[in-house]
Amino acid sequence: MTLAFDIPDLSGLIPQLIFFGLAAVSVLSAIAAAVAPRIVHAAFGLMAAFFGIAGLYAMLGADFVAFSQIIVYVGGILVLLVFGVLLTARTEASLGIDRPVRRAGALAVGSLLFVLLAIAIDSTSFPEAAPTEDPQPTTAAIGRAFLDPEGMLVPFELASVLLLAALIGAAYLARRRRSS
Amino acid sequence: MLLAAIGLQHYLLVGAALFCAGLVAVMSRRNAVAILIGIELMLNAANVNLVAFDHFRGKAAGAPVIDGQLFALFVLVIAAAEAAVALALILNVFDTRDRIDVDELDMLKG
Repeated sequence: MTLAFDIPDLSGLIPQLIFFGLAAVSVLSAIAAAVAPRIVHAAFGLMAAFFGIAGLYAMLGADFVAFSQIIVYVGGILVLLVFGVLLTARTEASLGIDRPVRRAGALAVGSLLFVLLAIAIDSTSFPEAAPTEDPQPTTAAIGRAFLDPEGMLVPFELASVLLLAALIGAAYLARRRRSS
Repeated sequence: MLLAAIGLQHYLLVGAALFCAGLVAVMSRRNAVAILIGIELMLNAANVNLVAFDHFRGKAAGAPVIDGQLFALFVLVIAAAEAAVALALILNVFDTRDRIDVDELDMLKG
């Protein structure tokens, strides 16, 4: 039995479909995180956006960055944010009820900025050279670059000092003062 | 544009949309934690742009060049440090003032 019509070959469109799916998840979740009336919902929107962005990194061949995104953002920063929400969700303002005029202004500025950026991106011709070969694992190259004295070694060590300082500072700031 | 191969500009548009969503959150929210959520969105938008430029700059020159991914990882580290300190500040303010509404935090006003 032969079909009377040709089935369009959609296999070439799979990368596009995956990209638009991930982009839709990222952008819609980000918008939800920006305007959700309850802070907890905003935090969950942020989580979905993080996962979508991690998928975009994977599509760009940045496997290590994608997994770092999930581990650091979802596993670390988002948990911190949710703890912040839980520890401070007592007052009226923590429900995130915003003033309508200010929200309308913010939405107008945000939309305008997006339109301007889209026009700028669309009208700029970037010198694009898409990599032809299949993406390779990047973990080894990243590790070598971080520990290369002529590469990123100094910024890498500075980042670890920064993290230590931030950790000590956060522990110092967050300690309870009232009991004294 | 919809059915063309996914190029750099698609990713830049996603980054722009994420940044604008974060900007809206920072501008319209009164809860300090929600403002922090907006800041994280804006940092992620920058990261999407960095990784996209890294991917599309072409890698014909032999050794793999991953500078954009390295920058993105540094942004990740800074974001983690910033979130920890910001939440410590927010908890401290909540401890002393019982609220984290940024409209009412005017202790430094002369």
